[in-house]
Amino acid sequence: MRPRSAIYLASAALALAALTLAGTLPSDAADKVDPIADAKAFKKFFTDKFPKVKLEDFVNGPYSMNEDLHRQWQEKEQFPPYEFSLEMGKEMFSKPFKNGKTYADCFPNGGIGVRQNYPYFDEKEGKVITLELALNRCREANGEQPYSYVRDEMAALTAYMAFTSRGKPMDIKIPDDPRALAAYENGKEYFYTRRGQLNFSCATCHVQSPGERIRAEILAPALGILNAMPIYRSEWSGMGTTSRRFTTCNSQIRGVPLSPQDDEYRNVEYYLSYVSNGLPISGPGARP
Amino acid sequence: MRNRMLRSALILALLAAGATSSLAAGSEDEFKAAYAAAETANKEAGTLRNQWTTTAATLAAAKKAADAGDFDKATASAKEAEALAKASIFQATSEKTRWKDLEIR
Repeated sequence: MRPRSAIYLASAALALAALTLAGTLPSDAADKVDPIADAKAFKKFFTDKFPKVKLEDFVNGPYSMNEDLHRQWQEKEQFPPYEFSLEMGKEMFSKPFKNGKTYADCFPNGGIGVRQNYPYFDEKEGKVITLELALNRCREANGEQPYSYVRDEMAALTAYMAFTSRGKPMDIKIPDDPRALAAYENGKEYFYTRRGQLNFSCATCHVQSPGERIRAEILAPALGILNAMPIYRSEWSGMGTTSRRFTTCNSQIRGVPLSPQDDEYRNVEYYLSYVSNGLPISGPGARP
Repeated sequence: MRNRMLRSALILALLAAGATSSLAAGSEDEFKAAYAAAETANKEAGTLRNQWTTTAATLAAAKKAADAGDFDKATASAKEAEALAKASIFQATSEKTRWKDLEIR
């Protein structure tokens, strides 16, 4: 080989190595868990996709997607279908347990106006604690049977607690604890992972296709999607908790749902709530 | 002559019955093997937290057909269930890294 050719070859090899390295660096950087950057990118994605929708309006799900639907929502709010659940929740919340204590004894600020802080990461337990889980733990600590996570009683209690927090910005914290960061990252992975025979992830509907129809329904954007929970769904003719929403999403894509409040669901709630920080609590909500 | 013909007919009938019975037994064994393979694959999908509702439904259909004595149908359903379970395992395994392709960055 001539010396000049050898130099060219060595230079080309070096350039290729540099390009390869340059190619891997951004990917490595992107793989680093950075919730602040995630939340920023998440909001940007949706506000870029729907430039006419105000940031705080994303919490109204499909009703934020166009003017007609927004008008429908405003009319619905005059006689909201979740009202009966709200009344029930208010009554349940103040009714003492057999030992004389109430839910207020289990929560900061007596449980009023605190919805925006759930779920939180419990550093003692090393796990995510959702509002639904905290409510059942409160019941059990006071000698009561836990409620089903997918039925009306849980929906009513969370509806009341959300109502007392309406307008407060979602405020989820990730403490300086590698387990909290891992829970957040696992929640993100769950959100984007395709599953079920239909090969759908949560993101397939709520990132790739919000505003589009799926059969007769209009898909909600993922941004602010949990701020409206629990929801009255016309399709269900009743109220639905966050647990009900997650498990039915799984079965609709032909995946066997996990048990409500399994780690995966708690983590995905943590992730989705965190990236919606700053958007107002609007629950209880109503959906088509 | 008549006796010989009768004996031959009896032997033939016995042979035919034996063949049918051994065919049926083979089919049941085949079903059992196919069902066990499908259950094993579905269990693996369970450890990956990614079972499909269609796998469970197809396994139930296989069991129902077997209970009714239709082992051909039962075996076909069990094999289909195994294929579904294996697809769910492939999905769970490949999504371990592929989920990042969908991530908003």
